[in-house]
Amino acid sequence: MSFYETLANDAVAAIEDAADVETLDGLRPTLLGKKAGLTSAKSQLGTLEPDQRKEAGQRLNVARQLVEAAFASRRDALAASARAEALETERLDLTEFQSKTSPGHLHLVTQARDRLEDVFVGMGYTIAEGPEVETAWYNFEALNIPEWHPARGSFDTIFVNLGEPEAVMLRSHTSPVQIRTMENQKPPIYIIAPGRTFRTDTADATHLPAFNQIEGLVIDRNITMGDLAGTIDTFVRAFFGEEVKSRLRPSYFPFTEPSAEFDISRDDGSWLELGGCGMVNPQVLRNCGIDPDEWQGFAFGFGIDRLAVMRYQLDDIRELVNNDVRFLRQF
Amino acid sequence: MKVLLSWLQEFAPGIDGDPVDLAETLSSIGLEVDAVTVTGADLDGVVLAKVLDLRPHPDADKIQLVDVDSGDGQPLQVCCGAFNMSVGDLIPFATVGTVMPNGMEIAQRKMRGEMSNGMCCSGAEIGFGDDHDGIMLLTDAATHEVGTPIVDVLGIERDVLFDIEVTANRPDAMSVAGVARDLAAALGVSFAFPERSYATVETSTAGQASIAIVDPSLCGRILARTIHNVTVGTSPAWIQQRLIALGMRPINSVVDISNYVMLELGQPNHTYDLDLVPDGAIAVRRAADGEQITTLDGTERVLIERDGVIADGTDRAIGIAGVMGGADTEISDSTTSVLVEMAWWDPPSISRTVKRLNLPSEAATRYRRGIDWGDNMVRAMDRFCELMAESGATISDDVIDAAGTTPDRAPVPVRVDRINSLLGTDLDPDAVTAHLTSIGFGVEAPNDAGVLTVHIPTWRWDTETETDIIEEVGRMHGYDKLVRTVPKPDGFGQLSEYQQARRSVRAALVGAACDEIQPMPFLAPGDLANAGLAEDGVTLTNPLVHEESVLRTSLMPGHLKAIAYNQSHRAGPLRFFEVGHVFLQSPDDQLLPDEREYLAVSISEADAPAAIEVLDLIDATLALPNVQLRTSTPAGMHPTRSADIVIAGKLRGHAGEIDPAVLEAFGITGRVAWLELDLGAVLNGPWGNRKYTQVSKFPSSDVDLAFEVPDTIPASNIAGALRKGGGTQLVSVEHFDTYRGTGVADDARSLAFRLRFQAPDRTLTDDEIGELRAACVAAAHKQKGVSLRT
Repeated sequence: MSFYETLANDAVAAIEDAADVETLDGLRPTLLGKKAGLTSAKSQLGTLEPDQRKEAGQRLNVARQLVEAAFASRRDALAASARAEALETERLDLTEFQSKTSPGHLHLVTQARDRLEDVFVGMGYTIAEGPEVETAWYNFEALNIPEWHPARGSFDTIFVNLGEPEAVMLRSHTSPVQIRTMENQKPPIYIIAPGRTFRTDTADATHLPAFNQIEGLVIDRNITMGDLAGTIDTFVRAFFGEEVKSRLRPSYFPFTEPSAEFDISRDDGSWLELGGCGMVNPQVLRNCGIDPDEWQGFAFGFGIDRLAVMRYQLDDIRELVNNDVRFLRQF
Repeated sequence: MKVLLSWLQEFAPGIDGDPVDLAETLSSIGLEVDAVTVTGADLDGVVLAKVLDLRPHPDADKIQLVDVDSGDGQPLQVCCGAFNMSVGDLIPFATVGTVMPNGMEIAQRKMRGEMSNGMCCSGAEIGFGDDHDGIMLLTDAATHEVGTPIVDVLGIERDVLFDIEVTANRPDAMSVAGVARDLAAALGVSFAFPERSYATVETSTAGQASIAIVDPSLCGRILARTIHNVTVGTSPAWIQQRLIALGMRPINSVVDISNYVMLELGQPNHTYDLDLVPDGAIAVRRAADGEQITTLDGTERVLIERDGVIADGTDRAIGIAGVMGGADTEISDSTTSVLVEMAWWDPPSISRTVKRLNLPSEAATRYRRGIDWGDNMVRAMDRFCELMAESGATISDDVIDAAGTTPDRAPVPVRVDRINSLLGTDLDPDAVTAHLTSIGFGVEAPNDAGVLTVHIPTWRWDTETETDIIEEVGRMHGYDKLVRTVPKPDGFGQLSEYQQARRSVRAALVGAACDEIQPMPFLAPGDLANAGLAEDGVTLTNPLVHEESVLRTSLMPGHLKAIAYNQSHRAGPLRFFEVGHVFLQSPDDQLLPDEREYLAVSISEADAPAAIEVLDLIDATLALPNVQLRTSTPAGMHPTRSADIVIAGKLRGHAGEIDPAVLEAFGITGRVAWLELDLGAVLNGPWGNRKYTQVSKFPSSDVDLAFEVPDTIPASNIAGALRKGGGTQLVSVEHFDTYRGTGVADDARSLAFRLRFQAPDRTLTDDEIGELRAACVAAAHKQKGVSLRT
């Protein structure tokens, strides 16, 4: 063993003996600093013969690297164990803690409405809104439901004490928004109209006198009933899932003709009635100043609350208006 | 409208198959089937039994003990919850082991200690009508042996009942024959009205009765005939069963035939006791205002001018046209001669009267949709006479057939192009013609331009226009055959800026731990007063309940109720928000109320600053211009802890706390911070104006200043003054402390602000900062009574 190796071995032994980072760092000047044996040995290389100098220099480098490596490795080990000790002293039982804040919650109906809006916005529609208190013109007459018509009774309208009797009412559907849009906007029209609607339904597990609907209206050139069926099918797949099918069944609404109800398929193969739809009645277009020989289109509508009830299998729709935080905070 | 399969088959024998498939077919052509019931099946084990004895249950009030003989002559004890039986009555009886149509198995069991060996049945329990009230008493069953299977006693055959929801545009489907016509067309089987035949006698209706149509706009057509040797008794079982199956109660042989004909052919009709109608003379006219009549149900009705009446020769009203007959000429057990009348009434006239009197009788329900004014009226008269003749009555050999104004249905030009353009189909004229003729429309060959001339049948009053006819083509073509396409709008879909902003506000409030509530907009009459608000809410004409009869003018009462409700369930603290419409009194010339979209936030167990935090959050979310709080006492709010919210110089809402008196009225404990904004006005005004300012790369310096400020001066005034004094190099002002007490005057407080100075292009020197500080202090000192604390 040469002089260099002896120096190195002694240094490594001292490094291994150091008990903590501070002690180790204190050794550095004597082992690797200016006054260390290996450092002064380097300065003495110049005194050697040239042929010995190279070989001695290489050995000295190896010895020095050995010490450097031992120092670094020992330092890492000491630091790690010191950190581990320190971490142990700050151990927490995280199950002791319970957050006192919670996020807020969007109402279930808002969540359903936002999702529906997003689906239709993706299909190129904009969103129209209108007042909840309406005149008979917007709620009935412009929609081809004259005062004597048997269909009027089926809307179970809640009237408001303004003007003549039955002149002003809480809208019984969001269709008045269709009329207001067609009066104010030239075709093409691609809108949906979500909003609150009202009927004289006594509140029970499946009914509310105030509930939410969404309607769609498309007026363009050459719009067909096939477009209506395809649009409903696209929406149904986008909202309920690719595997859900839709179908149209003939029905009757004064404001559309032909009219249909539309169903969606359930897992067990049966059909669930979702809403009504049809081609906009030419008389309704004329009432809004739109030429039915130039423009035609379709409309559809269904309940929003029911979708929320279905999705979460609520057993009582009144939860939607009870505003009980134990309910609101579930969603 | 309910129909029986066996009855449909009388018009179209080819209608047959699986009941569920038939129901699907009906639904597919717009006759939506709500329910399919197989009747007469599954009644094995139900027999005719005789009541032998009735006695109280020793240990129960609501059931009694009944001994019946079910065929073996031995008394069999059953417990029964109905009390309409007498000893000797014949009843349907389900023996032990019977599986009832609803799936329930009859077992021998003890009820409160007494054995029950079977079940006495109501009509509904054996699938015979809707009658759940009491046990079915079989008054005409004496010819049958006790123990005979009930299906033999009642002559029940297996049949299928379809309950169809008929839409308002389908007057024709309000009859068995009409449903059969449509279903036969859909199935491709033939449909025909059976021939009716009966003998007549040589008495002349014209010699015994007369009809005058005074108002032809009311009555399009009216037929009448006299019938003699009438015996008013009970109807044959088959008529009774069909009436019961379709939901009508058998009454007597004449009324039952009247109802039978209405159900079968859709033609309502009315029978008068001929001896009670002077000279058999009837006239059809509008009522006089205030004219009175007692209707069949014994109720006195007051009429108005637009109602239609049938009057006798003395001009006395003996019936409300199309709605209900009068009591005076009603047939009775002693009636021997009747005048039967069948009319076509103007649907809007009938509809208005039905609505006004709230009398939706079976007849009126048909008249108001518009019944058939063609051959079907004669057909119905023949059917009525045939059934009367079978009961032994004699029929006069002529019919009075008077005409008023019937609907004018000119042939309609229908463009085949238009059909295909509306339906998205590729039908040729032959296919269109086949669809239409299958349901009785007449179609002339197309002209050169591809226009068909279509004749509308008289049983389709609601059908008038080309579009009406296109709907028929679509219906018979089948909606499931439409090729599905999706139109591509030229424009693009997006939320409006208003809608995006509203979503942002909602999201910010959710982030601030607020739960969204959606109370209904109805208030109880005292709610506004309890909330300290003006009682000027718009009221409802026909509220469901008194507690929901006023429309809200503020979101406050709804929130307070929600807080009280949740506190009563020991929940809290509560942080609620809502976006909803309120309805303010409208300006004088407007019919509709002044409807606005408001945003409200309520925080329970929190004081006013919590509301200001929310306001700042909304301000930051929307980047509102110049939001100011102006001290005020808004209605319902805390008199010394509330303020108006002024945005860009306009009053837009209120923030602060709810008035403690209001909290007490709603039963709320703790303070409630409150904010209400006219969100619509805010979002329709300026907002979202964000401008880029360069982010400085140079160090900033903070300076703390405390001022003694009189209580009369709001802190925001001092902050504003400091901003003014500091100019653009004052990048933020934070009010971080308020102190009252030693060293500060009694009517003042110390307000401490932290000012941060920074320049975009250099590091500010100590001298510059000193100058800025001095400028800020000078600006604050311009407010009277403000002094820098040192």
